[in-house]
Amino acid sequence: MLDALWIARREFRSYFASPIAYIVIAVFLFLIGYMFFNLLGYFQGQVQSFMRMSQGPKPTVTNLIVSPLFGNINVVLLFIIPFITMRLFAEERKEHTAELLLTAPVSPLQIVVGKFLAAYALVSLMILGTTACSLTLIFASNVDKGVLLGCYVGILLVAAAYIAIGLFWSACTENQIVAAAATFGSLLFLWLVAWGAHHAGYFWKEVLEQASIIVHFNSFARGIIDTNDVIYYLVLVGLGVFGAYTTFDANQWGNS
Amino acid sequence: MIEVKELTKRYGRRYAIDGLSFSIQRGEVLGFLGPNGAGKSTTMKILSGFIYPSTGTAKIDGFDVREDALAAKALIGYLPEQPPVYMQMTVTDYIDFAAGLRHVPSQARKEAIQYALKRCGLLDVQSRIIGNLSKGYRQRVGLAQAIVHNPPVLILDEPTVGLDPKQIIEIRDLIRELGQDHTIILSTHILSEVQVLCSRVIVIDSGKIRAQDTISGLAAKLKNRRQVRVIVRVTGSAGSNDDSFRDSIGVLQGVDLVERQESDEMLPKDLLTEANIQLWHVESSKEKDMRSEIAKSSIASGFELLELRELEMSLEDAFVKLIDQDEASEVSHA
Ligand SMILES: Nc1ncnc2c1ncn2[C@@H]1O[C@H](COP(=O)(O)OP(=O)(O)OP(=O)(O)O)[C@@H](O)[C@H]1O
Ligand SMILES: [Mg+2]
Repeated sequence: MLDALWIARREFRSYFASPIAYIVIAVFLFLIGYMFFNLLGYFQGQVQSFMRMSQGPKPTVTNLIVSPLFGNINVVLLFIIPFITMRLFAEERKEHTAELLLTAPVSPLQIVVGKFLAAYALVSLMILGTTACSLTLIFASNVDKGVLLGCYVGILLVAAAYIAIGLFWSACTENQIVAAAATFGSLLFLWLVAWGAHHAGYFWKEVLEQASIIVHFNSFARGIIDTNDVIYYLVLVGLGVFGAYTTFDANQWGNS
Repeated sequence: MIEVKELTKRYGRRYAIDGLSFSIQRGEVLGFLGPNGAGKSTTMKILSGFIYPSTGTAKIDGFDVREDALAAKALIGYLPEQPPVYMQMTVTDYIDFAAGLRHVPSQARKEAIQYALKRCGLLDVQSRIIGNLSKGYRQRVGLAQAIVHNPPVLILDEPTVGLDPKQIIEIRDLIRELGQDHTIILSTHILSEVQVLCSRVIVIDSGKIRAQDTISGLAAKLKNRRQVRVIVRVTGSAGSNDDSFRDSIGVLQGVDLVERQESDEMLPKDLLTEANIQLWHVESSKEKDMRSEIAKSSIASGFELLELRELEMSLEDAFVKLIDQDEASEVSHA
């Protein structure tokens, strides 16, 4: 697996050689920070009205801040990850550096995994930035740390799945825009697929709900780490990476 | 060291290469020569493992480029047509990355990088960003990448393209030096490059091998013809028929081809404007000097003989002729 790490290292650094990493991280942290402050304000309002009226469920940090915050992180990742993954293979093709990688004694799977790891490292770095919010909550409130942990596990799994799907599309086309659009389209579809469940028969309802990225995320946001959900995301990762590998190897770029 | 059998690569319904077979011994420097679109790069891409052949096999030191891809790739250094460089990296970082990809052990890496940089004349630019270098320097970086792990086999696709004359000489010297302890296959359009670098040459055109020989053998084969240039003035007694010169010379024993030329750069200006001047090329085999017979025969037929000269056929001319001939014979076979 050392080859994959070597390739990942170069790829990760190259994100920082262009403005893309800085822009993506800045946009992400700005959006999340803005949402966090709004959620804090909303929470204060809810607490005050609860104290006045003393009715309904007691507002908790976990329910009113943590769950919506991670839901939002999920949405922002949905928009940002296609921009991170679109260049992974497209650029190697355009610059003819694919010939360097593919004529080195390195298996194509290692190359694909290396690319995946580089993008995942960048996204993990972004997510790491959100610990500023989490630490604030941990020190300033009695937030449920189990839920917080579940949210991080969930968001890291979701990000891995998004990246794997983006990786696949970037292996399919040398056009970065096409790769980004196809990634975004597929991810959005996996979000919305559960809508069909409302008016589907019993069997299809089950299938559509199981296919949905968002349904599987819900239990993490409640602090529950269900193997079923973990497996779902790992399967997506496996499919994406394997799909990228076969496209990349069968095509052998320029073979088509 | 390299063994190619019935190699074919098809793009859609077109054959980029069609049934190539050849082999290269250890330590040989083989030149791949052919016009644009001949299939040189395609063959080299297959040998390097970048693309798979449609049919046929290629082996590097016994390892099939498809079945034992990693073992075969471990033996080669490859310079593609476009140098495969990352534009935002510095030269040293890039060569370091390439060395790591080829599993140069980390203790030896620093030395290997210095060696490659030095040999390709890159020491002065080693900390510059590759994207800021000139085309020729990028080509050198591409070459450094191919030799950094000191592979036994080098596959170089047009290694001197884009270089200035001084660099061309330097890179040729480097290749000649490398040729002493490496097996090298290089492609080029330039015959003289093959002449100075290669021990053997394969001429390829339209995906097929046209000739396969040592340089001296090829030169002999290519130059086994004589060409004589004749300028005559047509007078009344020679007959006004355009072909009468052809008829009178073509019958001579040993003459293979009599061809009317429009005019050429060697034709004196004052003759150009004269209507009844004709310029002819007469080809014959190497063995016999036909000049005196041509002279006698043309005068006997009533032509005024103004010039008769044997043309020195350059290797380039001969090469173009070889390919033209083969194409012509192909058409007639079809
Ligand atoms: N990806 C491809 N798709 C379709 N046809 C291709 C592809 N790559 C090469 N060809 C065709 O294969 C033939 C051989 O191309 P190749 O690049 O091997 O020629 P070459 O000898 O290297 O020429 P040059 O001297 O111009 O570099 C050409 O007719 C080319 O059009
Ligand atoms: Mg070529």
